[in-house]
Amino acid sequence: MTVLAPPTISRTGQAATRPPRRRRSWTGWAFVGPFMAVFAFVFVAPIAYALYLSVFRTRLIGGTSFVGLENYQQAFTDPQFWSGTWRVTLFLLVQVPIMLFLALLVALAIDSGRLYGKAFFRVAVFMPYAVPAVVATLMWGFMYGTRFGLIGNLNDALGVILPDPLSPDLVLASIGNIVTWEFVGYNMLIFYSALQVVPKSLYEAAELDGASQFQVIRAIKLPAIKGALLIATIFSIIGSFQLFNEPSILQSLAPNAITTYFTPNMYAYSLSFSGQQYNYSATVAIVMGVLTMIVAYAVQLRGTRKDK
Amino acid sequence: MTTQTTPTTAAAPRPASPARNRVRRKEQRRSPLLTALTALMLIYSLVPLVWLLINASKTQEGLFSSFGLWFDDDFALFDNIRATLTYDDGVFVRWLLNTLLYVVLGAGGATALATLGGYALAKFDFPGKRGVFAVVIGAVAVPATALAVPTFLMFSKLGLTNTPWAVIIPSLISPFGLYLMWTFAASAIPGELLEAARVDGAGELRTFIRICMPLLAPGIVTVALFTMVATWNNYFLPLIMLKDPDWYPLTLGLNAWNDQAATAGGQAIFHLVITGSLLTILPLLAAFLFLQRYWQSGLAAGGVKD
Amino acid sequence: MFTNRRAFLRTAALATAAITTAALAACGSDDGGDTTSPVTADQVQAALDKGGSITVWAWEPTLKQVVTAFEAKYPKVKVNLVNAGTGNDQYTALQNAIAAGSGVPDVAQVEYYALPQFALGKSLTDLAAFGAGELDGTFTPGPWSSVKTGGGTFGLPMDSGPMALFYNKEVFDKHQIAVPTTWDEYAAAAKKLHAADPKAYITNDTGDAGFTTSLIWQAGGKPFAVDGTNVKINLADEGSTKFAGTWQKLISDKLLAPVGSWSDGWYKGLGDGSIATLVIGAWMPANLESGVPGAKGKWRVAPMPQWTAGANAAAENGGSSLTIPKAGANNALGYAFLKYATAGEGVKIRVENGAFPATTAELKSAEFLGKEFPYFGGQKANEIFAKSAADVVPGWSYLPFQVYANSIFNDTVGQAYVTDKPLTDGLKAWQEASAKYGKDQGFTVG
Repeated sequence: MTVLAPPTISRTGQAATRPPRRRRSWTGWAFVGPFMAVFAFVFVAPIAYALYLSVFRTRLIGGTSFVGLENYQQAFTDPQFWSGTWRVTLFLLVQVPIMLFLALLVALAIDSGRLYGKAFFRVAVFMPYAVPAVVATLMWGFMYGTRFGLIGNLNDALGVILPDPLSPDLVLASIGNIVTWEFVGYNMLIFYSALQVVPKSLYEAAELDGASQFQVIRAIKLPAIKGALLIATIFSIIGSFQLFNEPSILQSLAPNAITTYFTPNMYAYSLSFSGQQYNYSATVAIVMGVLTMIVAYAVQLRGTRKDK
Repeated sequence: MTTQTTPTTAAAPRPASPARNRVRRKEQRRSPLLTALTALMLIYSLVPLVWLLINASKTQEGLFSSFGLWFDDDFALFDNIRATLTYDDGVFVRWLLNTLLYVVLGAGGATALATLGGYALAKFDFPGKRGVFAVVIGAVAVPATALAVPTFLMFSKLGLTNTPWAVIIPSLISPFGLYLMWTFAASAIPGELLEAARVDGAGELRTFIRICMPLLAPGIVTVALFTMVATWNNYFLPLIMLKDPDWYPLTLGLNAWNDQAATAGGQAIFHLVITGSLLTILPLLAAFLFLQRYWQSGLAAGGVKD
Repeated sequence: MFTNRRAFLRTAALATAAITTAALAACGSDDGGDTTSPVTADQVQAALDKGGSITVWAWEPTLKQVVTAFEAKYPKVKVNLVNAGTGNDQYTALQNAIAAGSGVPDVAQVEYYALPQFALGKSLTDLAAFGAGELDGTFTPGPWSSVKTGGGTFGLPMDSGPMALFYNKEVFDKHQIAVPTTWDEYAAAAKKLHAADPKAYITNDTGDAGFTTSLIWQAGGKPFAVDGTNVKINLADEGSTKFAGTWQKLISDKLLAPVGSWSDGWYKGLGDGSIATLVIGAWMPANLESGVPGAKGKWRVAPMPQWTAGANAAAENGGSSLTIPKAGANNALGYAFLKYATAGEGVKIRVENGAFPATTAELKSAEFLGKEFPYFGGQKANEIFAKSAADVVPGWSYLPFQVYANSIFNDTVGQAYVTDKPLTDGLKAWQEASAKYGKDQGFTVG
């Protein structure tokens, strides 16, 4: 993704007058080589293998045969695959903006210097990120329980009937809540760090001009952290499309609401692990990977175009 | 995918001031209103953790009979911790040690590889450089499940499944870490410094270790922390690679304990699952708190600007 | 009575064998190496004397004690007992290991419903080669017919789950509800209970493939017919329709607690009386004792409610066998352990630790039948379980891809629990999705 372009502007200022000092040489490979070797082994080789798998079909009866692009044809007309894809798209359109907006608000609030106990806020909001997704989901799953969990307690204590967060209508929102909880602090930190390097002279100039806080935010802060916003968005898009851990662990609590094809990733998993359809599973995963790249790339293009 | 943007200029004019010290204007007036509003977010973040802490202090029976956000009459936290650590011949301790092993080798290795790689991308021009990062980031978009089965079959043929290597080797790659080190190294190591070292005739490796490593320290700590979280929280990969509970990391072990209630003849130990979860997140929280100063400057200085 | 059943079984086995031989012959050439050469008892004994180590994949908790006793008896043998996950998790692991051709255990626990899939995939050793045929009569009919699938004996029954009605007597007494003997009475009791206490439900159900198939089994349904690679699926047969009729009433009137089995909420409900009954396999007492210790003395056991008043029909729910994967390294030693655990001294050890046996000798022993369960107020519950085991409706079979079919149960039938869709539609959707998978996998689905 091109958004992650090398940061050629450095704060030390040498970039502005970057001399053509670096000869092209193979020396760099000595440093990047180890990374790339392991990378080839754990990423490139399996992807190549998945591509290979995707053009075959193995059956319990009849063995393996070459089927060309049939698996891809099947994927494009598979209602279960597309229902999962639409679901994560919906998730993406709702959860990601909410999460990033909250993260941005907190980052701006902490950066404004107008909070009591700023350091505490910064660390406390970030803490959920350190909680493993497994633990976070188990924990929220316990709390979501209408009979024994926190929801059940609240129903009893207040004498109300809150809607069941694990019902089919609400389960996607409940998962969104878990994901938001896990990552809002992480994104906040990224935004906050970016805000930290905005030169103070800009604020001083704005203050002299009598600009309000909101004007400062709109005119200086937001443009300054645009790169961070873009990166956070793209990582969130990838994360949404790959949604797996949270729904799959919650599935045992809400088996009818979370189907085996709830997200494309879960679909790929259940195809290969319950159904042994390794070939079709690899196909689904590849199609999903390509879709993810296209969307992320489109977002990036839009992001940088506005930049100019 | 393969095209990389040319250096973008930031929207806001960026003075070439070499000042590295924290940029902060004069103290603002504190606002109770803003503090209160932000505190809502704080509550949202902390309530589940408080819930975990409170419920780790309850017995299996108490979990079912008492209010979720307050303590039961019976304060059993220490009994639970003891029970968690000794249940099934202390298998939890074994899982903790496994996790530490995966973190030290996996996250440690990932940090080393990312540091070397990021440094090379930032400071060297070499054939194929443009392709390197495009390929790495492109691969991130491929769902983990797509890789799961092929990786499993591959590792299995090599006899690596059910060994710690099956978890450690894939953990060695951290694309985010590579990106972070790249950006960090680009801004933290002045080109003139390298030029000077080369003029002095110092070897590349020596230059890297003696001159660059100290400058990269905050970045290295940051990458180490993020890869540590990733390894510590790793679930999916060990789930398919490991079948011997003796090699489980904590996440898998906790899930196995949770599943145990669903086995004919199995024992329901939800209180130990909750206490175990608490014990699992404490070391990470501690690491983040203690190393706060480093990772925050690491992120701020280079990580994510532009 | 007993000899009759044996005779029946033998005929059935022969018939299946004949059919499958035909199917295999039709199937083609890749079965060349399929016949395992016989292994005599002497060879197994020799393997024991020589010693060595074997790996056993099982999640059944009482095997731990069996391994200890086995290693004490044969000091040269080391048994590496690994819990590779429960049920589906372990099958996945096993299938992956078999696909990869390495890391395959010597002995693996496989539930009855999953056995046909592994047998058909030619992943398991036909234990007939070890003389497992001699064990005819050792095991109760339900489990024994389950392991004799696809023309071989692909495992030995380890435990069984003849079903019974577990009910909370305290709740029944409090609301003066009679213990139901038929499913109609059960539905009436459900209504009465929920009306008397809106927090209480007759039972919980969020859609469970094992439970549903067991009830259809008891109702005399035979929705899955397997003949080699020809598969017939009919989830609208008489038994399935009977089940759907009764259960639809319970679902529509919201008389089933929407709590998933084995969840924390489930254990809570079993303890506080809000889940008043369970119709479940005879292995349940151990789970009640450890998971719901607080309800000790409140629960009782009764025979399964019947579809026809006065009948004595039962079904199996759960239960598993021990098998020997073909790719395992040490088949002879594996068999020695397998036999020890399922038909030898291991049985007694397991029963003592709370497992429910699948062997006729144990089920008929006075000691076993006379055991008083303090948890059930001193009731001799094993008498009911043993009777249920003898009353299991014969002729049931699972699909050769039941593991997959069960995994999509909640995608299809489960929708009837959370939407207005009728249960019969759900069953139909399940049938269609399973049939589609079967066809994709090369079966002839009729």
